[in-house]
Amino acid sequence: MTRRLVLAGVILGLLLPQALMAADLIGDAEKGEVIYRRCSGCHEVGAGADNGIGPELNGIFGRAAASEKHGYAYSKGLKRMGADGLIWEFATLDAYIENPKALVSGTRMNFPGLKNPQDRADVLAYLRSFSDMPQNIPESSPTAFAPEVTLPPEVLAIVGDRDYGEYLASECLTCHQTDGDNDGIPAIIGWPTEDFVIAMHAYKRQIRPHPVMQMMATRLSDEEIAAVAAYFATLQ
Amino acid sequence: MTLNRRAFIGAGLATSALLAAPTVWAQAKPRVVVIGGGAGGATAARYLAKDSKGALDVTLVEANPIYTTCFFSNLYLGGFRAFESLQHGYDGIAAGGVTVINAMATGVDRAARTVTLAGGEVLAYDRLVLSPGIDFKDGSVPGWSADAAEIMPHAYKAGPQTQLLKAQIAAMPQGGTFAMIAPPNPYRCPPGPYERISMVAHVLKTSNPTAKILLIDPKDKYSKQALFEEGWERHYPGMIERVGPEFGGDKVEVRPATMEIVVDGTVQKVDVCNVIPGQMAGKIAGIAGVTDDKGWAPVHADSMKSKMDANVFILGDASAQGDMPKSGYSANSQAKVAVMAIRGELTGSKVFPAKYSNTCWSLIAPDDGVKVGAAYEPTPEKIASTSNFISKPGEDAALRKQTYEESIGWYAGITSDMFG
Repeated sequence: MTRRLVLAGVILGLLLPQALMAADLIGDAEKGEVIYRRCSGCHEVGAGADNGIGPELNGIFGRAAASEKHGYAYSKGLKRMGADGLIWEFATLDAYIENPKALVSGTRMNFPGLKNPQDRADVLAYLRSFSDMPQNIPESSPTAFAPEVTLPPEVLAIVGDRDYGEYLASECLTCHQTDGDNDGIPAIIGWPTEDFVIAMHAYKRQIRPHPVMQMMATRLSDEEIAAVAAYFATLQ
Repeated sequence: MTLNRRAFIGAGLATSALLAAPTVWAQAKPRVVVIGGGAGGATAARYLAKDSKGALDVTLVEANPIYTTCFFSNLYLGGFRAFESLQHGYDGIAAGGVTVINAMATGVDRAARTVTLAGGEVLAYDRLVLSPGIDFKDGSVPGWSADAAEIMPHAYKAGPQTQLLKAQIAAMPQGGTFAMIAPPNPYRCPPGPYERISMVAHVLKTSNPTAKILLIDPKDKYSKQALFEEGWERHYPGMIERVGPEFGGDKVEVRPATMEIVVDGTVQKVDVCNVIPGQMAGKIAGIAGVTDDKGWAPVHADSMKSKMDANVFILGDASAQGDMPKSGYSANSQAKVAVMAIRGELTGSKVFPAKYSNTCWSLIAPDDGVKVGAAYEPTPEKIASTSNFISKPGEDAALRKQTYEESIGWYAGITSDMFG
C-alpha cells in the first residue's frame, strides 16, 4: 500500500461515522439554495461561474481536492490533502463544511461551519445539482451569481498606494485581525484585490448591509479603496 | 602603508570612540515616551516601533505589568467572561522593540522635555504621548471619596474594583437593593453604566429574582437609551428603576458608613452601591499642565497634538477633542493618527489625512447585543462626526446575536492590535 492510499484510508476511516449519519439525511436543494447564500460571497456556482475569493463549485462532486487544472490558487493545506488523495464527495464535503479547518488545517476557507447536519445535507443537495450525477436530487435551474456591483474598468484598474493603504488599513485592524482569525468578525487578508475592491464598493453603495462597514467604506474614495485592497492583498 | 588587520582595528576603535561622544549619541535616535499602556498608549507605542522600523527610540511607561481592559469588564460582572480573559501583558509590545517600564510617572517637565518616574528615574523625550485615561473628581458625589471605594466601589477602572463589585452583587441578600450612581457628562464609555445595569440585572434575575436595581442618574438622557429601556422591559420587567434629574437624580449624597443613599433629601438603605463619580483626565495630564479648567486636555483635531505644547500628544479619554466618545475604540483610532503625525515630524515619513472612527457594542442580555458608531474627521475647531449609525429597537434575535458575536470578534481584534 502506498503512502497516498494509507492516508486516504485514514481520512475515510475518520469520516465514516459521520458519513453513515449523513446518509440518512435527504437534502432539500431548494432549502440548500437559501443556505448557500452564506457561501456565495466567496464561491460562485452555476452558468458562467468563475473562481473568486474561493474556487467555483460547478462539478465539485467527484473532483480531487485542489485540482490543478481548476486554475485556483489553493492553500498549501488543501494542496497537501489533494495530493494525499482527498476526493470531494458527500462524506468529505459534509465534514469540510461542518468545520473546514478541522478537516484541512491550513485551509484559507474562513467559514465557521454549518453545525446542523440537515443544513449541510440541504446545501450539498443544492451543490449536487451543479455536478454530473445529481442522483435522487430534483433538477434546479443553474443560477449564476452576478458580481454584487458592476464597477467601471477604470475603477478596477486603479493601482493602490500600498503605503497609504497601510495607514488606512490600521483602522480596519481595530476589528479585523492580521492573523486571519475569523471569530465573529471575518478575516480580510489575502483576498484577490478585485474581490476586495468590489466588496468595499458594495458596502459604499449600501448593497451589502453591515452598518459599520457601510460607514467605513462610504468615506473612502476609489483610490483609497484600491490602496486598502493593495495592502491587505500582501498579507497572508 | 599597507593596512594590516591590527592597524585596521585600531582605526575602527578610534572611529567608535568618536561616535560615542555624548552629543552625537543624543541626536542618534529621536525619543518618544508614551505614558499609559491602555487602548491609546499601548497602540501608540506598538505602532510607533512597528511603523518606524527602528528609527525611533520608544519607551512605554505603565504602572501595572498586567493590564485589565475596562471594555468587556461589564461582561465579567454578568458572568459572560472570565476575569483573566480581560488581562493582557506587555511582552508582545516589548518584543516589537518598545522599552516597557512598569512604573508610575509622577512628573513631567515640559521645558526640559523629561518625565520623572516614581523611583526617581528621569526619561528624556523629543515627543511625549500622554494616554492616562481618567481620574475621579473630588466632591463629585457628596459623601464619596477614593477611600470609600472599598465600600462603595466605582469599578470604573478595571481590576480589583471590578472583582469587588462582582463579589458584593453575589453577596446581596434576597430581595436586596443594588444602587448605581451614574456619572455626569463627559465620562468614559457612555453606554457603560447602562450595560452594567443590564449585566447586574441578568445576574440577579436568576440568583436573586426579587432584588431591585436603582439607577440614580444626573443626566436627562443617555447613550442607546431607547435600546436599553426596550431591553430592560423585555428581559427584566419591573426590576430596574431609574431616577433621573426630574426626580432628584442630580442631587444625591452617599453615606458609606451606613450604606445609605440620600436622593433629593430622602434617605434609603441599599445593599450594594456602585458610585461612578464625575471624571477628568488622568492625573499626570494635570501635572504636565496640559489640561483646561474642566480637567481635560485640549488637542488639535488633525493630529491629537496638545494645544498647549507642540511636543506633547494626548490620546483617548484624557483628551478634549470634540465629538468622539471616550472609548477604547476611539483611543485606538486616535493613536494611529498621532503615530503618523509623530513619525512625520521625527523621521520625515509621509503624513496622510487623519481619519477617526468609533463603535461601541453593548450587551443587554444573553445574545442581545446592540451597537452605536460613527466616523469622524478633523475640522479647524474639533474632531467632528461625519456619519453615524445605531442599532434599532425591535431588531430580530438573529441580528442581535450576530451583533454580540461581532463584539467578541472586536475584542479579540482590538486587544491583538494593542498588545501584538
